[in-house]
Amino acid sequence: MNEKILYAYSALFNTPDKIIHAAKTIAEKGYKKYDVNTPYPLHGMDHAMKLTKSKIGWVTLVFGLSGTLTAVTMMGWMMAIDYPVVIGGKPYFGLPAFGPIMFELSVLFAAIATVTALLTLFLKLPNNSHPIHDTEYMKNVSSDKYGIFIEAEDPNFNQNEIDALFHQLGAEKIIPIYYEEEKINFKPKMFDKKFLGFLAFAGILTSLLVYGTMNKLLYIPPFSWMSEQNKFIPQHTSKLFKNNSDMLPPVKGTVARGNLPYNFKNQPEKAAEFLVNPLLPTEENLKLGKTKFNIYCSPCHGYLADGKSRLRGNFPEPPTLHSNKVRNWSDGRIYHVIMEGQNVMPSYSRQLSEKERWAVINYIRVLQRSFNAKESDLL
Amino acid sequence: MSSTFNKADYVKKDLPPLLTKLAYGLTAIGLILVVLAYLTDHTRSAYNNVVLLMFLISIGLGSLFLVAIEYLGGAVWSTPFRRIAEFLAAILLIVPIVSIPIFFNLHELYHWMHHEAVVNDPVLKGKEAYLNLKFFTIRVVAFFSIWILFYYFITNNSKKQDSTGDVKLTKVNTKLSAIFIPVFAVTLTFSAIDWMMSLEAHWFSTMFGVYYFAGIFLGGIAFITVLLVYLNEKGNLVKGLVPDHYYSFGVFMFGFVNFWAYIAFSQYMLIWYANLPEETIWFIHRWEGSWVAVSLIIIFVHFVIPFFALVSQGSKTNAPKLKFMAIWILIAHYIDLYWIVLPVYSPKGAVFGWIEFGFMILGFGLALLVFVLKAKNNNLIPVGDPKLQRGIDFRL
Repeated sequence: MNEKILYAYSALFNTPDKIIHAAKTIAEKGYKKYDVNTPYPLHGMDHAMKLTKSKIGWVTLVFGLSGTLTAVTMMGWMMAIDYPVVIGGKPYFGLPAFGPIMFELSVLFAAIATVTALLTLFLKLPNNSHPIHDTEYMKNVSSDKYGIFIEAEDPNFNQNEIDALFHQLGAEKIIPIYYEEEKINFKPKMFDKKFLGFLAFAGILTSLLVYGTMNKLLYIPPFSWMSEQNKFIPQHTSKLFKNNSDMLPPVKGTVARGNLPYNFKNQPEKAAEFLVNPLLPTEENLKLGKTKFNIYCSPCHGYLADGKSRLRGNFPEPPTLHSNKVRNWSDGRIYHVIMEGQNVMPSYSRQLSEKERWAVINYIRVLQRSFNAKESDLL
Repeated sequence: MSSTFNKADYVKKDLPPLLTKLAYGLTAIGLILVVLAYLTDHTRSAYNNVVLLMFLISIGLGSLFLVAIEYLGGAVWSTPFRRIAEFLAAILLIVPIVSIPIFFNLHELYHWMHHEAVVNDPVLKGKEAYLNLKFFTIRVVAFFSIWILFYYFITNNSKKQDSTGDVKLTKVNTKLSAIFIPVFAVTLTFSAIDWMMSLEAHWFSTMFGVYYFAGIFLGGIAFITVLLVYLNEKGNLVKGLVPDHYYSFGVFMFGFVNFWAYIAFSQYMLIWYANLPEETIWFIHRWEGSWVAVSLIIIFVHFVIPFFALVSQGSKTNAPKLKFMAIWILIAHYIDLYWIVLPVYSPKGAVFGWIEFGFMILGFGLALLVFVLKAKNNNLIPVGDPKLQRGIDFRL
């Protein structure tokens, strides 16, 4: 058994008036180490006990203002320096927009700081033991009695005197409060190796679980503005075909629809000789030819095929198609130029289909005729 | 502990001569200046008259509101000096008289009174059903009568209690207060819209009523605080009142300074953010020329300085500081009303001359005069109130 030591001498009273009177008397007698416990806050107790004003307000003020400051600097840095985005045409440093955040952070900082300061500075956490816990005195003052106790450490402490004083003040009951040496010197096992080890283990385990849950189990790919797509990409291996490619070369001899191979590569004379225009110069064909000529040919050769285009003077001069040389060419020879290009002119086989090429040639013939019309054409 | 109040021992003490002199003096000077002002520039005077009217309404209605919430909350701490609020609520009796000069100048003040402007303006035409002379007059008369009626019933019951000491009268007043609160909310909102918001008839803000409410309560509380602290120091009130009794007035002033800032900021921020031309125009008018300075001064005078002056617990029980801050807040409230009304008169920049000063003097003078006249013939302490002794014994 541990030795029991007297911690304090306590008295219980029945009414608020009596406890206030008692507190006032004891304060006036010069006792320093005493405290009052009541089931609810009593008006006038601060004065009776001659308590000085609490300093907790300073903690609230300082942290509240630092919350305001944090909000201004944080928002200012984010909105005006780090990632300036125009929102609703407002200035980057739009103080009115920061107002709600300043208010919220002030309140948050002030509240958290106040509670933390109360618990640590004033209630001296992590020490959570007090001699009046688990006593008859405590049971009474937390239900319907008003209690006061004077600590044995008080310089004026004298058990007989205090006993007489309590009786004189009209105490309902007087209880001495004892404590055990071991209990009051109890040290929280906060820095125990086992405890710290457990804390570290629990921390790592929780982190891993949270990481796994959030990044694997519940993972949702972030919206990446379509930069990641489920499609075949060149220069990538694929499992679609055995040779690890997405596409196979066509079977030998295959011809794509509308893409007959050109048999007269680098053979303009043969093209002139063997190719025959399959299209008649009907109105429909000429219309198609005109459209395509205006789109693809006119930028260089001009709308009238006379070489007077806006390129003139900026580029090797595009030739006129009204020269005797071109007028005497067969349709096949012109077709060859469209297919293979000539000098700086590239091939237009990609832009024009076979039918369109012949239609363009028909239209060129119309233009040529218009520059060298015969008298009979006027009739 | 604290002194015991005995009804038989109570002898009514004369008010401090300084207060009486101040009341008559300020009213006289104010009246002379206001009459001169009306003779020289009746348009400018009419705008100032609106400020004066709203200032007096805020003190009178704020006091009556405080009386009502005291009854509703069953407050004990304020019973010994409830009479100060009741006497100040009598300002509501002279408010109709103050509003009469405005009625002669409605055409100069309110754009919606111009028939030819309303006909060609689709916005004003839409508001015509509400903003027309007939309905406006009906509202003003109705609101004034409602306030005076509630004032009469509540204070009359309180007065009766002096002789009878009947608890029933407290209960009747509690019921009356419960009816008064919603009526108060509606009437004050529409009054603010009618007198001040419709000065710029195109503009609207749904927060305007609450904004004026913050001013009303501040005005009432501040005036009561000055009188309470001053009269208690002179010994006119019941013995046994200590700074603990002032505490809640300090709290109210601090709280409503914050509330005012909260509402004012909310109104500003929403309009600033939405950036709708028909809403921003009001603030743009108050950002014109020297109005910029007034707008910025209000932030400090009406919020920042009172906030830090009243934030500590000590300042809320410190009598000299409370008196100073109460007068400060009253002036700040007057500037606030001035800032709402006067930009309509001089859009290019702030004007402050002897005309504005005269109206301000008259505002303080009339409020004091009403109190002095009321206090002359009535008990300054509700001697019959059952809660009186508990109120005297109140400690923090």
